[in-house]
Amino acid sequence: MNQSPWVGRVVRGLVLLVFALFFFFPLWSMLDFSTKDFVTGGRTGDHWRALVENDQLRRAILTSLELAGLTVVLMLTLLLPTMIWVRLRVPQATRLVEFLCLLPLTVPPLVIVVGINGVYSWVNYFFGGSPLTLTFVYVILVLPFAYRALDAALSAIDVTTLAEAARSLGASWLVVIGRVVAPNVVSGVFSAAFISIALVLGEFTFASLMHFDTLPNVIVLLGKGDTGASMAAALATMILTALLLIALSLLDRRRSERN
Amino acid sequence: MTRLSRVMPALGLLPFLAYVVIFMVIPTINVAIGAFQDNDGVFTGANISGLFDATMMTTLWRSVQVSAVSAVLGAILGTVLAAVIVTAPATSLLRRGVMALTSVFAQFGGVTLAFAFIATVGAQGILTVLLADHGGFDLYGDGWLYGVRGLILVYLYFQIPLMVVVFVPALEGLRPQWREAAVSLGASRRQYLTQVAVPLLRPAFLGSVLLLFANAFAAYATAAALVSQGQIILPLMIRAGLTSEVLLGRQHLAYAIALEMIIVVAIVMVAYALLLRRTSRWLR
Amino acid sequence: MKIRSALVALTALATVSALAACSAPEKKQDSATADAASAASAKDFGGMDKLVAAAKKEGALNVIALPPDWANYGKVIEGFKAKYGIKVNSAQPDASSQEEIDAAKQLKGRDTAPDVFDVGQAVALANLDLFAPYEVETWTDIPSAFKQANGSAVNDYGGFMALGYDAGKVPAITSLDDLMKPAFKGKVALNGDPTQANAALNAVRMVSMAKGGSASEAAPGVDFFKQLKKAGNFVPVDATDETILSGQTPVVFNWDYLNAAMTAKLPTWKVFVPAGSPVAGYYFQAISKDAVHPAAARLWEEYLYSDEGQNLWLQGGARPVRADAMSKAGTIDKASYDKLPPVSGVPTLPTPQDDAAFADYLGKNWAKAIG
Repeated sequence: MNQSPWVGRVVRGLVLLVFALFFFFPLWSMLDFSTKDFVTGGRTGDHWRALVENDQLRRAILTSLELAGLTVVLMLTLLLPTMIWVRLRVPQATRLVEFLCLLPLTVPPLVIVVGINGVYSWVNYFFGGSPLTLTFVYVILVLPFAYRALDAALSAIDVTTLAEAARSLGASWLVVIGRVVAPNVVSGVFSAAFISIALVLGEFTFASLMHFDTLPNVIVLLGKGDTGASMAAALATMILTALLLIALSLLDRRRSERN
Repeated sequence: MTRLSRVMPALGLLPFLAYVVIFMVIPTINVAIGAFQDNDGVFTGANISGLFDATMMTTLWRSVQVSAVSAVLGAILGTVLAAVIVTAPATSLLRRGVMALTSVFAQFGGVTLAFAFIATVGAQGILTVLLADHGGFDLYGDGWLYGVRGLILVYLYFQIPLMVVVFVPALEGLRPQWREAAVSLGASRRQYLTQVAVPLLRPAFLGSVLLLFANAFAAYATAAALVSQGQIILPLMIRAGLTSEVLLGRQHLAYAIALEMIIVVAIVMVAYALLLRRTSRWLR
Repeated sequence: MKIRSALVALTALATVSALAACSAPEKKQDSATADAASAASAKDFGGMDKLVAAAKKEGALNVIALPPDWANYGKVIEGFKAKYGIKVNSAQPDASSQEEIDAAKQLKGRDTAPDVFDVGQAVALANLDLFAPYEVETWTDIPSAFKQANGSAVNDYGGFMALGYDAGKVPAITSLDDLMKPAFKGKVALNGDPTQANAALNAVRMVSMAKGGSASEAAPGVDFFKQLKKAGNFVPVDATDETILSGQTPVVFNWDYLNAAMTAKLPTWKVFVPAGSPVAGYYFQAISKDAVHPAAARLWEEYLYSDEGQNLWLQGGARPVRADAMSKAGTIDKASYDKLPPVSGVPTLPTPQDDAAFADYLGKNWAKAIG
């Protein structure tokens, strides 16, 4: 049964090549599409310029970026103190918080969006009808992923000892959470932020069914009239998402190597 | 300790709990209740029985088909890719690179992914044009990309990497010592594979298939951006129920379909959790 | 402790659920807005001048689901802006009629809520209670079959269903059965899904009637598309200007005014209408009862039904509802009027009952036919 090593290597190389084709050919197609001049058949940068020049597209990009930022801020202010607090003072609630955070994996966004009208009439009432109100549901959307990232980082440090030391020096709970524990989980915070941004930039279900003009929504809209620009926007989104997620995996590795 | 000081720490969780209740639990409860109501809020079983009419059953079946085929194919191909990576040294650039990329691709989906495939095998797609010009092969055909077969192909783009992400840890858990032990007891490579490795990995593999199934079953954005003709899967049926300007008053049918989706996904996820528990007992 | 915290959580949950179960209260309108919102004609403002002044004071108008290339809407919006200096916020140009209504309910009381609607028959008649009755100055020109008696929803423009095709890409079409030929492989498309979009539903209706069905019978049409799909000629792609120009959907069933707009862009775009009774479809205009800019909304209606607005429809290839009266009065844009494709046979104006029966059959059978 012993094969010579080079046969194995060739087979492995071929397998990898086939997978690489499947995953990269569509990306290359998008690049080709987004630089094609449909009239002359030559190359053009017009579709990419549309990302800043097309008013609708530019506004959608800004909306999506703002949403990503707001989601990160709200997610961190909600989740990080809660998770630290659970570790320090109410460990009995660990299971409950974990369950709730992972629940969105079982309840698809599509289901939440179907049932959210009543809640959003209140959101509209208090905050207005701006697309940025999507932040509230986006925090739910990113919850499982943000939870995992923060949980991994918190598990890596001894939160209780840190907190006890700080408390014995007279620090308040707020100071403990904000100034003592949080700075020690910066890599977890970044991981949580990156994955959240990546998810928000690509989110379509909530935005389209709740009728807000975010980037993915406008990409679909433009796809019906200006395919080149919508391809450029789609590819740009993919590249940005990929960069964020690669940065995330680098952070993860640094953390696991440190431990 | 007074009663108050014992309750106080738990109060710290209130903001989080309230938030999750408002934006996740209440909408879900709304769906569950709305599935049993008509447009005027009167309780009725009509929506639920509507789930069992012929069209809806066909749609459910197609949904299961897309999810199951993309899950099984994704799991098999993902295992192949995972095996190739795992046999490379842990520190090699190849292994790190592929792992990083798969975690990226596993997150791709939705609108951008649909567009990537339209650019590749759509009517004007690069591959379509290439094959038509050289060899006159008609890849586009009857527009299969916009149907069940197209969905399966596109879903594989995130199913395979997801499989790699969840299955590589299980492969890594196979300890070399076990293999050495088997070999020293006189087992051949084939015997090791069929009698040790495969039985050990089976629960992890099946669990991953279930996870992939749920992942595909709940996916909406990719299909919504790709398919515009005919509500071929349940998520698109929900869209039609909410937005159709032709068939009116079916919002509550959409609630019932949403409830059906939660139930299917929940069953699959519970089965997944059970299998996961079994795997973690073996591979620690 | 565990039990207590659970109790606390439960109480909180109960309170919040109770709050969220009912929807939010409405914001109060000021008195000028309230007056405008109850005006049933320009007279209630004290004449057109007062209406214009009130609308200008509001300064903006929220419209929804108006694609610029649909029946000349781009020019109509520009014309309104230029004439009155009122800003027009156009939201979700691609939305369906039902989504217009949903947006109005969802955004009720917000400054982004739609002021006016342009909806298909089924949605209009199902939501009359959301519309504010209003009679435009030219009310008497509108035939009574085309309006709700109290003015809550009024037909504005319409057209006939037709089959458009790019003569540069496919052979000339002389009968519907031509579409089954191999030359049309992967080339025939609809403008939307018939179980979701009005235009696509009427396309199936046109085929149905050409195949011997009535306005309420969908079966012959569905059978036709089933065979078309079997022959591999039906493409499951939403036809848009882009798909037509790129050659992806060289044959599209659509309203004749949308075909006319296409011919302007693509000279080889030809139109075929099967013999028999042509299928007519008119869209309804309506004012939201909860309009944020009630005066501007009413001025918009006045503009749409004015000679100027009606002639803009005509220039877009659509048939304005006041065409007969304007033709008699000599105010119609004669050149554009004469350019409309001639109509042979008695037009079919589907009733709400026809629509309901037709849609019901589609809901049960469309997915099966083309799946």
